[in-house]
Amino acid sequence: MTVITQERPKKEIKISWKKIFLFIAIILVLLFCLAPVLWQLLTSFKVNEDISAVPTVYFPTRFTLAHYIELFDRRPFLRYIFNSAFVSITSTLLALAIGAPAAYTLARLNIRGERPILASVLIVTLFPGILLFLGLLEIIQKLGLANNYLALIIPYTAINLPLTILVLRSFFEQLPKDLEDAAKVDGYNTWQMLIQILLPMTVPALVTTGILTFIAAWNEFIFALTFMTQENMKTIPVAAAQLGGASAFEIPYGPIAAATVLGTLPLVLLVLFFQRKIVQGLTAGAVKG
Amino acid sequence: MAKLEIKNLNKTYTPKVIPVKNVNLTVEDGEFLTLLGPSGCGKSTILRLIAGLEEPTRGQVLIGEKDVTGVRPGDRNIAMVFQSYALYPHLTVYDNIASGLKLKKTPSQEIKQRVAEAASVLGLEDLMNRKPGQMSGGQRQRVALARALVRRPDVFLLDEPLSNLDALLREKVRAEIKQLFAEQKVPVVYVTHDQTEAMTLSSKVAVLNKGDVQQLDAPERIYNNPANVFVAGFVGSPQMNLLTLLCQGRYAMLGDFRIPIPDMQTPPNSIVLGIRPENVTLAESEDRNTIKGRIFLVENLGMHYLISVRVAGSEKEEIIVRALVPIHQKWSGEEITLALPNESIHWFDVQTGDAIVKSSIASQLV
Repeated sequence: MTVITQERPKKEIKISWKKIFLFIAIILVLLFCLAPVLWQLLTSFKVNEDISAVPTVYFPTRFTLAHYIELFDRRPFLRYIFNSAFVSITSTLLALAIGAPAAYTLARLNIRGERPILASVLIVTLFPGILLFLGLLEIIQKLGLANNYLALIIPYTAINLPLTILVLRSFFEQLPKDLEDAAKVDGYNTWQMLIQILLPMTVPALVTTGILTFIAAWNEFIFALTFMTQENMKTIPVAAAQLGGASAFEIPYGPIAAATVLGTLPLVLLVLFFQRKIVQGLTAGAVKG
Repeated sequence: MAKLEIKNLNKTYTPKVIPVKNVNLTVEDGEFLTLLGPSGCGKSTILRLIAGLEEPTRGQVLIGEKDVTGVRPGDRNIAMVFQSYALYPHLTVYDNIASGLKLKKTPSQEIKQRVAEAASVLGLEDLMNRKPGQMSGGQRQRVALARALVRRPDVFLLDEPLSNLDALLREKVRAEIKQLFAEQKVPVVYVTHDQTEAMTLSSKVAVLNKGDVQQLDAPERIYNNPANVFVAGFVGSPQMNLLTLLCQGRYAMLGDFRIPIPDMQTPPNSIVLGIRPENVTLAESEDRNTIKGRIFLVENLGMHYLISVRVAGSEKEEIIVRALVPIHQKWSGEEITLALPNESIHWFDVQTGDAIVKSSIASQLV
């Protein structure tokens, strides 16, 4: 025993240096990522004097909800949240509903021209979305879709479809082929098999791609700014950017911070909630595990 | 009840890849047919063709005199058990077993009753609310069997259902499968590369190689009267000694020793002699076909020693005979004399590989 205890300290010192270094690195990374968020969060609760105070008040002692109340009192902020949520959720569901069958078709049904189709899907993802902007504007004017939810839902769905298709396709390809054969022998047709057997097993992938689509739609700015001009059709990013002060010279830091927090909160909650829902190894047990 | 018939079945992927060449099989009610062969011989493809999971290039599949070649798998009223079990991971055991019946819109009362029946046959009553992920391999295998049984299909198809189980469990489940399917009065087609499973379970065995049926027979005849060199070499463990020997007149030359060959119109230049290691014995004084040789390897198999002997007089072209000697028999030294009983020798044509004549006839001629 004594021999062992004599040998050990050396090793422990080595490991702990490594650990300390790692620890510092992690803290730095966290600071780098989270400090702006923390700053916004703190600002949103500061009273106005603290916000503009010199020297800067980093950690406030006085807290207020005035900025939040102002958002809901002076502006239809609930309406903005609803707009954002409706547009994002609808386009996410649409992307999944269209993307899942397409992905399955590309993964398993051995259709002609599978590779060219895949390649073109991939090319679409390389295409900068901003270039579509002017063309889309024309189309929306022609169709009279301005200030209509469809003006956002359709482009969001379309832009996110390639990612959905690619991710789901690779997931479908991983599923054991025997399962589909078993389902066919049991009498499922292709559609029933997709809905009742494969999609339930694909939940982790659906959630992952769904969240990505949702975040992209929720945060989108340019389309939302241009296609929605009426006050009651605006989404959160646009509304937050257009918050004005009492005069042209006052920048309303407090309400902007509050709007940022409100705009981010749903995303944070969503990810936290589904992180638990993504049950790992849902497929375990289907085949020898 | 329904007879399963396969007529001139062919599956061609490319002109060079033809997993199933021209297969004809008939499986009667209550018959247990095993498709036995090495990997890549087309046995699984035949099963998938019967199930309808693959479309044949030519030929027909008939179930109960009805041509089902173009019918969807779900409408053929077959049940299939997969090597990987292929249970639906998100459904409970009950739902897994009931899924096929639910799709056929069976009344729910009947579903309950039939699932309960199948579950009790396989001892699954306590597992009905579990998911596949929470069960052992043996339990999953039972669920897969129950899912097939509950359908009351016209034909059962089993694709290497035991190969994912460990050795002990495999033996147990094998016995259970035998009893289980003996009670089902329908055709059963079982695919395996394991000859023990083929011998123990089947009423008929089809030995396959390179997409062709080599021999279709009862397991005893497959073992005792192999139709050609391939069957002789594939079935039986340890493998049959297969020796290509030169002939002199009516004798084959096994090193220095002469073995009488069966009577033929024109004595061949060479011939293939086959004898199973368990039929090669330590020679006693009254034995006729005896050979001498030097032991170079002894393997202890528990019940037997498997000894490998280099036959004397075969220095130019080495001839090795392997013999299975019961563990209690002793021999001394490296030089040994072995007897090859005439009635256990199989003769095969060198060119075609086909069996020449039953060895018992040959022994009468000597």
